[in-house]
Formats: sequence, structure tokens, C-alpha cells
Amino acid sequence: MTGATWGLVASTFAASFVEFVEALTIVLAMGVTRGWRSALTGTVAALVALTAFTAAAGYALSSWLPESLLQLVVGTLLLIFGLQWLRKAVLRSSGLKAMHDEEEEFASQTAAARQAARRSRFGVDTFAFVVAFKGVFLEGVEVVFVVITFGLSAGNMPAAVGGAASAGVLVLLAGLILHRPLAAIPENALKYGVGLLLASFGAYWAVEGLGVFTESGESLEWPGGDWAILALLACWLLISRVLIGFLPRLKPEVAR
Amino acid sequence: MRFLKGFGRFWYDFIVGDDWKIAAAVVAALALTLGVVLAGLPATGAALAGGVLLLLFFVVSVVIDVRR
Repeated sequence: MTGATWGLVASTFAASFVEFVEALTIVLAMGVTRGWRSALTGTVAALVALTAFTAAAGYALSSWLPESLLQLVVGTLLLIFGLQWLRKAVLRSSGLKAMHDEEEEFASQTAAARQAARRSRFGVDTFAFVVAFKGVFLEGVEVVFVVITFGLSAGNMPAAVGGAASAGVLVLLAGLILHRPLAAIPENALKYGVGLLLASFGAYWAVEGLGVFTESGESLEWPGGDWAILALLACWLLISRVLIGFLPRLKPEVAR
Repeated sequence: MRFLKGFGRFWYDFIVGDDWKIAAAVVAALALTLGVVLAGLPATGAALAGGVLLLLFFVVSVVIDVRR
């Protein structure tokens, strides 16, 4: 494998890892408090729905959308996901928001699950099923978009899928062995790094995709071609570091 | 009706997330960049303008968030 392929695998691995850890926390919380049968049924149903969604979205994207429109749609979604993560990372690093903690998330999910009324359908607890389904599907769709973008932009879909799949297997194994949330993972640092990557790829693609509205319908060209992604990465990193230093001055009473 | 509401809520949570200002910033920056493209600026110049606008709008949305 070349360095670029390793980079692609590492990027999809890191992005997917964070999503899978979040999904695992939700499923664990439902399994422990409401029963494993309902939590796992919700998880399996979400995986089936996710497979159908991926097949339908993949078919629609590859056969109906012109390349520039695909870049605009997927790039815009990635940009929004990436900047949401970057915003949270900036606020956490500048002390304006509490650090994300999987143990805390687990505690709040289990508390909510204990208070919810018990209603069953076909022997499955509806609350646990819906929460597990929603958690796995929501995080899974984000993984699908990340894999599509990174895979298509690097022209190597198998490597992108491989990175995401290995992250999924690793998180699943850790969950099976530990039976508790993966709190030791440096999730905030991972999210910061992945947020920078998603924002850079998203900005590159979304702006290129605006070419769909021109007469030719061709994608716009960034100066320097693919190197512009690195320049964007440097810009997002720089701006986030500046914000981390500057934001506490806007709200000094919170930062102290 | 409940299903439709839930369906809509799901996609809103998925796309917009917990801070709508980020989604608004992205859409506004891309809309302005499109204006620049349609105004006839060369593609590379328009791409650069898009990058700068995205950075700028992100900063503004985070600053608004903190100052609230």
C-alpha cells in the first residue's frame, strides 16, 4: 500500500471509530438497563436499514447525479458535520464547554432508560429498540458519508471501506470484551482531528461542486488541484487555534 | 403524522445537529460563493473566495455562539 492509501485508511478509520464508539455507548446503555434482546434487535434492524440506505444512496449517487452535484451534496454534508465537530472541539479546548465523557453519556442514557415507561411489542421493549435503532442508524449514516467522500476523492473505495470496517470490528470487539463504554479513548482529540479533515475535504468538494450551476456544469478547479486540501487543512487548523486562544476573552467569567 | 414528524426530526438532527448556526453559515457562504461564480469570476478565484468565506462564516457563527 502507498502512503496515500495508508492515509486514506487512517482517516476513515479515525472518523468511523469515533462514530462507532458513540453508537456502542448507546447500545450498551440500552442493553444494561432495558435488556439485551431489545437493544440488539434495534441494532440489527438499524444495520439492515443502513445497508438498504447505503445501497439506495450509492445507486442514486452513482447513476443519477452528475459528478459536480454529487460533490456539492456530499461536500456540504461533510462540511456541516466537520464544522459541528470543530466547533465543539474549539469550545472544549478553550474551556467554554465541558469535555465529552463517554462515562457521563452512558450515565445519562441509562438514567433516561430507567425512567422511561415499559411498553412491549412482539416481546421487544419499544424504548430500547427505538433508541438503539436511532443511535446506530444516525452514527452509521455519518460513517457512510465519510466513506463515500474519502473513497471517491482518493479513487480507492475498498481502502476507505476497509478503514471503516476495521474500526467497526475493533469497537465491537472492545465492547464485547469490556461490556462498558470506551471511556479511555481520547475522543475529544480524535474529534478535533477528524473535524479538521472533514471540514477540509467538505470545503474542497462543496466549492468544486458549485460548478454544477455554471453553463458547462463542470466542477470548479481549486488552484493547485488536490494540494488545496492540505492548504484548507492548514487554514482550518490555524483558525481553530486562534479561536481557542481568543474565545475565552469574549466570555472570561466562564473560562476561569 | 407522528411518523412524518419523527422522520423530519431525525433528518433535522442528522443534518443540522445541535447548532443551526453552523449549517446556516455553510449555506450562506456557499450561496455567496455561487454569486461570485455566476458573476463571472474565474473558477480558481471563485474557489479561493469560497474557502475564505467558509472560514469567515465559521468564525462569525462560533463568536455569536459564545457571546450569547
